[in-house]
Amino acid sequence: MRPYDYIELRIPAKAQYIGVVRLAISGLANRVGFTYDDIEDMKIATSEAITNAVQHAYKEDESGEIVVGCALYEDKMEVMVADHGRSFNFDETKKLVGPYHENEDVLFLREGGLGLYLIETLMDEVKVHHEEGVTVFMTKYLGGEQVDQDVEPITS
Amino acid sequence: MDILVDVLESNQNIQIKVNGEIDAYTAPLLKEKLLTAQETEGLNAVLDLSDVSYMDSTGLGVFVGFYKAVKANGGHMRIVGLSPRLKRLFDITGLGELMDIETAGKGEVNNETI
Repeated sequence: MRPYDYIELRIPAKAQYIGVVRLAISGLANRVGFTYDDIEDMKIATSEAITNAVQHAYKEDESGEIVVGCALYEDKMEVMVADHGRSFNFDETKKLVGPYHENEDVLFLREGGLGLYLIETLMDEVKVHHEEGVTVFMTKYLGGEQVDQDVEPITS
Repeated sequence: MDILVDVLESNQNIQIKVNGEIDAYTAPLLKEKLLTAQETEGLNAVLDLSDVSYMDSTGLGVFVGFYKAVKANGGHMRIVGLSPRLKRLFDITGLGELMDIETAGKGEVNNETI
């Protein structure tokens, strides 16, 4: 059995649905046991990622979809926002995302302003995958960042 | 109702009270309301955000645009009624240093945690 519950939301790439996803994120984060402040942080970070997708992923005459995937663990919550509309294989996509590179993805995402900066500041881990659209992958740990998790022992 | 923007205007003094959520959906309406006011020379604008329950970078963007325009026309913009959550947004983006902002309940102990 996988160690998390997975919930996926699929919304039209329209601004009026951002607030709806925020409500869902709030409810899900509450189930994991996050504090009020952590939940508010996650609502903002998720909204920023969706806003970016709404504003940049599709041309005005195109109708597209945004997929928001949430993985609920005992001690953390992962939120993935993908602007390419198709349902993704959560585990596969997670393997593909890597740290963003200052010069490429950031410029692309930052044209809207402070969005990615806020995502980085409010979440514990952020990864951006830029292929067939943009996928933003964010993690928030229960009770703050746990830096020693998943870190390989240093070998000389 | 996602957002409600009340504008009280008398000559160069303008009071704007925002209710609700400011995000990519509601920001255009807020922006539109501010656009009509910002061209006034020597405008003295007070924005009351005490009933704003949610705001993200789209809201900050609107206020930055308004701040710049008001300043360019020799006016002043003040933001009042910031909850600890909203204050935090202004602080982590550095806008709190730049703008004239005031938290809600002056003199109260700020229990904000980082």
